[in-house]
Amino acid sequence: MYKILKKEVLSDVVKLMDIEAPHVARKARAGQFVIVRIDEFGERIPLTIADFNREKGTITIIFQELGKSTIQLGRLDVGDSIASFAGPLGHPTEIADYGTVICIGGGVGIAPIFPIARALKEAGNTVISIIGARSRELLFWEDRMRAVSDELIVCTDDGSHGRKSLVTEPLKEFLENKDKKISHVWAIGPAIMMKFVTLTTKPYDVATTVSLNTIMIDGTGMCGGCRVLLEDGAQFVCVDGPEFNGHKVDWDNLLSRLSFYKDEEKKAMEYYAHKCRLENAISEGGK
Amino acid sequence: MTELKAAERMKIKRHDMPHQDHVLRRGNYSEVALGYSEETAKAEAERCLQCKDPKCTQGCPVGVMIPQFIKALREGDMVKAVEWMKVKNNLPAVCGRVCPQEVQCEGSCILAKKGEAVAIGRLERFVGDYELAHRTCPLVKAPDTGKKVAVVGSGPSGLTCAVDLARDGHKVTLYESLHGPGGVLIYGIPEFRLPKAVVHGEISYAVECLGIDVKTDHVIGRSFTLDELLAENDAVFLGTGAGLPSFMRIPGINLNGVMSANEFLTRVNLMKAYQFPNYDTPVRIGKKVAVIGAGNVAMDAVRCSKRLLSLQTEQSGGGPGEANIVYRRSRDEVPARQEEVLHAEEEGVIFNFLTNPIEIIGNEKRAVTGLKCMKMQLGEPDKSGRRQPEPIEGSEFVMEVDTVIMALGTSPNPIVFVDAVGLERTKHGTAVADTATGRTKKKRVWAGGDVVTGAATVISAMGAGKRAAADINAFLKGEADWQ
Ligand SMILES: Cc1cc2nc3c(=O)[nH]c(=O)nc-3n(C[C@H](O)[C@H](O)[C@H](O)COP(=O)(O)OP(=O)(O)OC[C@H]3O[C@@H](n4cnc5c(N)ncnc54)[C@H](O)[C@@H]3O)c2cc1C
Ligand SMILES: Cc1cc2nc3c(=O)[nH]c(=O)nc-3n(C[C@H](O)[C@H](O)[C@H](O)COP(=O)(O)OP(=O)(O)OC[C@H]3O[C@@H](n4cnc5c(N)ncnc54)[C@H](O)[C@@H]3O)c2cc1C
Ligand code: SF4
Ligand code: SF4
Ligand code: FES
Repeated sequence: MYKILKKEVLSDVVKLMDIEAPHVARKARAGQFVIVRIDEFGERIPLTIADFNREKGTITIIFQELGKSTIQLGRLDVGDSIASFAGPLGHPTEIADYGTVICIGGGVGIAPIFPIARALKEAGNTVISIIGARSRELLFWEDRMRAVSDELIVCTDDGSHGRKSLVTEPLKEFLENKDKKISHVWAIGPAIMMKFVTLTTKPYDVATTVSLNTIMIDGTGMCGGCRVLLEDGAQFVCVDGPEFNGHKVDWDNLLSRLSFYKDEEKKAMEYYAHKCRLENAISEGGK
Repeated sequence: MTELKAAERMKIKRHDMPHQDHVLRRGNYSEVALGYSEETAKAEAERCLQCKDPKCTQGCPVGVMIPQFIKALREGDMVKAVEWMKVKNNLPAVCGRVCPQEVQCEGSCILAKKGEAVAIGRLERFVGDYELAHRTCPLVKAPDTGKKVAVVGSGPSGLTCAVDLARDGHKVTLYESLHGPGGVLIYGIPEFRLPKAVVHGEISYAVECLGIDVKTDHVIGRSFTLDELLAENDAVFLGTGAGLPSFMRIPGINLNGVMSANEFLTRVNLMKAYQFPNYDTPVRIGKKVAVIGAGNVAMDAVRCSKRLLSLQTEQSGGGPGEANIVYRRSRDEVPARQEEVLHAEEEGVIFNFLTNPIEIIGNEKRAVTGLKCMKMQLGEPDKSGRRQPEPIEGSEFVMEVDTVIMALGTSPNPIVFVDAVGLERTKHGTAVADTATGRTKKKRVWAGGDVVTGAATVISAMGAGKRAAADINAFLKGEADWQ
């Protein structure tokens, strides 16, 4: 069992937790992920390592409450434990001094982009960061991102904070600017955002790394459920990734595979909500 | 009881195993084969001729003392039967259920040549189940040697090795990347063939008796590297299996509805998708399933499919659906255990022999709608004596299906080899290790089971774990050098 040592609410739907897991913390690096299973009945879900503390043996996870598992996780508190926590999985980000780089975080993707931006900055890069979300309530870590970036652009779809635009707009402007050569772009966020980021950088031939969020089960290369179609064949996101050259990804295949279990995800959520209502009714009835 | 004569023993017919009704069982996950009663077990044990040179034992990969345990069993001395069994086999309740007996012990039994072999597997299961219930043969730990061993992987090979080394008095830590120990016994072989309670029962008993430290969620190669384990232990055993699935190189493998058998079976068995939504992990099966391949894995996948289809019909109506095996060779070449093929047939699985898939067809939503196949015929025998299947020209046809499960064999998962300098591997990805001792090319590292042989059997993996444990023990006691 792995104990929750800290919990923070970052936005309406985004939560942060520090989990006690020394076996993961000892080796964890930016870009890697863990597989989490809440309890005996739980599914195995992948979450990025947002931060880590080797001395304390803790891993920070940040998750968006989307469906049954993440909502259930969000209801746990400091002192509670989760059943499984395996990792660190996948390859770490390749950090080097590339020159001027752009780090893009969309929605909950701001969390995993942060340690990458920080490491790139420490490696000597000039770091431009662009973070975006649907609206102000969904944004977080603006201050932390600013602290590790030479320049930070904040966007919201509805204009409730920062610039009213998608992240691809400022990205395009940076790419157009001939004075500043961009040598590499990282993008983490919803698949659809990453797709459009790669479409934006493609004409400028700027290397673009994305972190793919396919559906996973084991996370160790055993099932092939996480496979993604690249230009040169299929690869497993959990062992070959999670970061890939975004220009080689077959995005439409990825998007369709992500939605394959939509009906079942809805059913799981309804079942969970029903169970919670029952439990509430029982505990209130007992009062 | 008066001793029977050999001729009399040979007149007794082999005893059938009671089974769950084949129509009923399509809709549930309970065990299919129900096991002998004490009376039937004893009666079956009477058939054994107690050969002086027992061929059965030679046919068993670990050399189980078969005539000895059968004799004790028919004399009603169950305690002794268990003792004989446990000399060579720690997990009789498992092996009795899943060994391909017809090509191992029973295939070699002298009676097999004259008619029907003694039902060794069923008797073994009876003895194993007796031990599970009564625990007459407690595992005893020798005095602490002060030596530490790390065992990686908790499948049959790792478990056997860990148990034997802990009995020898070494401090054993068992590392497993999944959330529970057992390997294929837990994530691959379904409940209706090997109840998980049997596996959990055996593992927790051994762990408690022997104080083995089980560390789940530990992916070796990631959480710790092999060299890090070597720094903290006197020896390391790798029993990481062959869990990496292969996909056919045909168009359409990335369509929605195409899965590896590993994904399908992991969802169903390890994650209990057949109890969705009570358990969180779903599995989508559609109405018509094609499982490609005809090994044990394919049989398990197709029989799970059949059950899921029945559950679906029960819960939301609709037709019974269709579960197909698609295999490019003929019935005679089917590699699965006979019993599984028989059970699959009884349960209504459709077998398409001499049929080779060439393309998976999808619709505009990228979901599977069909499997394009060619009919095959068997050609001349090749060097190995096996008749190779050849496509029949112009025989293409499309099977209407919405799920395609690939059960095409697996190879070792490479994660454990990350940064493992000096550990040699073959071009098939298997670890190079000595068959007799399990020694790899890296000092103080042993390996055994599927990671060395490629996908094989439970009992051969256990045998490898046992041989390695013996050599590790000798090495740790200073009785054997590492040259
Ligand atoms: C390597 C990796 C790292 C990840 N890191 C993080 C992270 O740090 N924080 C975080 O919040 N999430 C992360 N994800 C995504 C996370 O695993 C899913 O959000 C989670 O599994 C959803 O489970 P659920 O039961 O709550 O929702 P579900 O009921 O499974 O899904 C609810 C909704 O979310 C969509 N969805 C399902 N799975 C995914 C997915 N993998 N990606 C995007 N949308 C999905 C569904 O289509 C559905 O609309 C990561 C995924 C991968 C593969
Ligand atoms: C579906 C199916 C049905 C089968 N049916 C039969 C049958 O009826 N009869 C029969 O005799 N055989 C059968 N087999 C074959 C048999 O199960 C295997 O040969 C046997 O389990 C091999 O044992 P093992 O210990 O070598 O490996 P496994 O059982 O594969 O166990 C390996 C373990 O190591 C873990 N692991 C892998 N990498 C790492 C790592 N880096 N760090 C930590 N842990 C790791 C894995 O998670 C796994 O738990 C079947 C196999 C399958 C898949
Ligand atoms: S272990 Fe398997 S092969 Fe050996 S005797 Fe038992 S059932 Fe037969
Ligand atoms: S070969 Fe058959 S008859 Fe002979 S001892 Fe073995 S089980 Fe008995
Ligand atoms: S999640 Fe199973 S292979 Fe990647």
